[in-house]
Amino acid sequence: MPGDLRQGRIVIVGASLAGLRAAETLREEGFTGSLTVVGDEPYPPYDRPPLSKQVLLGKVAADATGLPMRRDPDAQWRLGVRATGLDPVGKRVLLADGQSLPYDRLLVATGTRARPWPDPREAALEGVFTLRTCDDAGCLAERLAAGPRRVLVIGGGFTGSEIASVCRERGLEVTVAERGAAPLVGALGGTLSKFAASVQRAHGVDLRCGVTVTALRGNGRFTGAELSDGSRVDADVCVVAMGAVRNVEWLADSGLAASSQGIACDAGCRAFDRYGIVTDDVFVAGDVARFPHPLFDYQMLSLEHWGNAVAQAEVAAHNMVSSGPLRRPHLAVPVFWSSQFGLNIKSVGVPTFSDEVVIAQGSLSDGRLVAVYGYRGRITAAVTINMAKWLEYYQGLIETAAPFPPGPGAADGRPLVAEFSVPSNVPDPKGLFHGPTVALTGHLPDYRLAVGRPAG
Amino acid sequence: MRIVVDLTRCQGYAQCVFLAPEVFELHGEEALLYNPAVPDDQLERVRQAAAACPVQAIVVGEEVTVSAR
Amino acid sequence: MAVDTLLERITDYANRPDPYPLYAELRAAGVVRQTDGSYLVGTYSEIVALLHDPRISVDRRNLAAPYRGWVDEDQSVSFILLDDPEHYRLRSLAMRPFGPPHSPGRIDAMRGEIAGITEDLIEALDGRTRIDIVDDFAYPLPVTVICRLLGVPREDEPTFREWSAMIIDSVDIKPGEDPTGRQRAGGQARAEMGRYLVDLAEQRRGHPSDDMLSAFVNDTDPAGRLTREELATTAVLLFVAGHETTVNLITNGVLTLLRHPDQLDRLRHQPDLLPNAVEELLRYEPPVHLRPRTPLANIDVAGTTIPKGASLVLVTASGNRDPKRFRDPERFDPTRRDNQHLGFGSGVHICYGAPLARIEAQIALGALIPRLGTATLVQDPPPYRHNAMLRGPRHLPIEL
Ligand SMILES: Cc1cc2nc3c(=O)[nH]c(=O)nc-3n(C[C@H](O)[C@H](O)[C@H](O)COP(=O)(O)OP(=O)(O)OC[C@H]3O[C@@H](n4cnc5c(N)ncnc54)[C@H](O)[C@@H]3O)c2cc1C
Ligand code: HEM
Ligand code: SF4
Repeated sequence: MPGDLRQGRIVIVGASLAGLRAAETLREEGFTGSLTVVGDEPYPPYDRPPLSKQVLLGKVAADATGLPMRRDPDAQWRLGVRATGLDPVGKRVLLADGQSLPYDRLLVATGTRARPWPDPREAALEGVFTLRTCDDAGCLAERLAAGPRRVLVIGGGFTGSEIASVCRERGLEVTVAERGAAPLVGALGGTLSKFAASVQRAHGVDLRCGVTVTALRGNGRFTGAELSDGSRVDADVCVVAMGAVRNVEWLADSGLAASSQGIACDAGCRAFDRYGIVTDDVFVAGDVARFPHPLFDYQMLSLEHWGNAVAQAEVAAHNMVSSGPLRRPHLAVPVFWSSQFGLNIKSVGVPTFSDEVVIAQGSLSDGRLVAVYGYRGRITAAVTINMAKWLEYYQGLIETAAPFPPGPGAADGRPLVAEFSVPSNVPDPKGLFHGPTVALTGHLPDYRLAVGRPAG
Repeated sequence: MRIVVDLTRCQGYAQCVFLAPEVFELHGEEALLYNPAVPDDQLERVRQAAAACPVQAIVVGEEVTVSAR
Repeated sequence: MAVDTLLERITDYANRPDPYPLYAELRAAGVVRQTDGSYLVGTYSEIVALLHDPRISVDRRNLAAPYRGWVDEDQSVSFILLDDPEHYRLRSLAMRPFGPPHSPGRIDAMRGEIAGITEDLIEALDGRTRIDIVDDFAYPLPVTVICRLLGVPREDEPTFREWSAMIIDSVDIKPGEDPTGRQRAGGQARAEMGRYLVDLAEQRRGHPSDDMLSAFVNDTDPAGRLTREELATTAVLLFVAGHETTVNLITNGVLTLLRHPDQLDRLRHQPDLLPNAVEELLRYEPPVHLRPRTPLANIDVAGTTIPKGASLVLVTASGNRDPKRFRDPERFDPTRRDNQHLGFGSGVHICYGAPLARIEAQIALGALIPRLGTATLVQDPPPYRHNAMLRGPRHLPIEL
């Protein structure tokens, strides 16, 4: 096919999950040219989800989560080297060691880093941690193993909650300080966040919601923190789990549409420049990307999901070496999992893109359930707790823009729909938008389509 | 040998835990934990587990090795 | 031929040796109401969707009257025929002495014992030139294993063999036939077998041994106890499901390998391929071909509305050969990748004993393959068992 790239030079910046999967896919797609992967961490690609789970639990060493290759991508690995800039006209990636790499196609997969504690002096106290890299996890695991008297976790999102879970499993006292009304509220909305709060308390977490941490205290060593409600938490370890910052600074002068929300790209993973014009040689994948999704009113999604990094990397790699009509859209419905307090929490769709929620199967009291989220009368997300085998069904409902609430008749002995639905209590997703409703069809990547679906 | 389980696909069928209980473990009823760095004496069992996974979520392979080239 | 007689033709004993052309016809026809009122689904993605659909029930009491057949309202049923949350509760209890999270190493620890039983059976074949794979090997192996696992005396085989036969006959699908007789007989057999197994368990109350019946009655955690009735139905299910299928897998394995001498040869030289080959067998010649269900609401499947309470038959063995899902589906390929077959079902009712069945089949075929070098089939196709749902040869005579 003319226009296909078989030879030439491809550079991938970011040597982690998305970077590795893209490199493998490029070879699978028949690319035989030169392939260079640049990563600022000194390690070969490794997996991060185990860091807040197996590694902190002490079951797996921090340096043992290296990702397996699905095939050898036969790449030149430039590890421990940071990319510092991009010259889009000269088509070169500038490196911290002064060298530069010419490319025909570039993939940006620089992901995110942990948001640091805002006060650098307090953040530098011994005993204050963030968790993003295997080095972070190794140091923190060591501290947890040494048996601190109390751990303070700042932030009740997924990572913070997983860390709190590990602490309890290790028998450590732990305080979680969360600014919102309950843990996971930003991700799962009101109903399930209340459930998450009760689970944490039942496991002995000292959960403080609706408070902010105003200062970290210590003299060289962290000794405790002040909270906005005037109280103080004495602890000897503090984990700052306040979310992630996208690694886009190196692209500041590149002319690309890079902001704190990530690098904007189209559904084919091609980066936009600052004017909203799509580039044809710079692609984006993984946590650093922002992309439009037809199922969610074409809003630009920024996901920090393992599965998205893999799926988007595969689509990006395919499109990097394929010409126009053979390119594919990245239409995967977002799926996320977290394991904490012995629960397997999975979500499909975008739970925050909702105005109502029902418990469709199971119950809060059983601790196993399916919550289904709707937005303006159609199903946009589902979350399972210890009921992952049903998730696929709800994914199908999301993909086909099925009406909310889901129809009646359940295999668990009562109507599928709770008698009433409750507000999902997430900030209303973007004002008043009356767009066409869209459904996805097809199972195979090359047959997947978004088709219009008349509302009604 | 390294493994990674695509936990977005995994439905908690636990076939892997049955077949290689020293590498895979259920945490609670359904959440899967595993050792990404497979010990040598478990290679055979892990291959069996990967073949048996009903949703083919277990990726088996070698870690990237970076040689000076 | 008319597509509304497909179920009749699929279950017709004359078609037992090769139902696969009928499955191709079924996939092409889509979802069609059968002459007996039931609906057949034979395409992969529709079957998978239905197995994960909470509106689909396995509980026969949800069938509309004309399809229900004979249901003894007083007899309780095992979890294979129960929906959530009862299904979940009983399956979790049954899992406690068998697998994770409570007993993760239990089945793995049986590898040596299974290898020993296999060894003994193989030794008994020494010097013989003509054997029946079913009677001499594929049947005795899983029976001995399930007896050891549950704690049932192997000597009682004459009794339980008959019960088991009546039970699986009672759950088979036979359109156009009044099922009352065999369902009653099955109910009777279930009750008798249940009493027998509960008695065995009761003898161990307070004297724990290392079998599952003992574990069921001696579980120290009150949350782990089954009632007497639950124990009866669960033990019957485990015992029957635990061997009636595995015998087919091993036999189908030998038959398929003898029909594909090149692949047999390959496996002889690359025993590493065996786990993969067993998965391919579960796709290509699965021991379970049909599974019944019923919708709790009117549902739409591939453009056809299946009414609430209708009898719905999922032809999982047809899904396994769906070219929309599997490349070259009619080819037996032990190296096949991405093999998400339906041999053990999918969703919450996925086979409970799958890991045990896999280990048994791998060990059994691994031990037989080196001896099949010059073996030939005496009869091809071999005589089949009557059951259409649990399909497999009744005998498989081979010349060594
Ligand atoms: C502790 C933890 C737990 C998680 N748990 C889950 C979970 O349970 N479920 C789930 O779905 N997801 C989870 N995730 C998220 C998941 O790990 C990410 O979605 C995934 O790692 C994204 O991959 P990526 O390749 O896009 O980005 P990253 O993994 O962030 O990789 C980007 C790489 O680029 C490098 N880089 C950045 N800037 C430059 C530069 N200028 N030059 C060179 N290299 C650069 C970075 O150092 C990094 O190595 C978790 C993440 C963490 C940290
Ligand atoms: C090759 C051998 C086997 C095959 C092909 C097989 C196949 C299946 C299939 C397809 C189902 C799903 C039924 C449905 O969805 O309606 C199932 C369920 C079941 N199997 Fe197996 N099976 C095998 C061996 C075993 C063994 C060895 C055991 C017990 C030790 C066992 C116990 C069960 C039980 C208890 C169920 C019911 C599960 C539930 O409803 O939750 N099976 N089996
Ligand atoms: S066998 Fe597969 S689906 Fe099951 S727990 Fe293991 S990885 Fe998950």
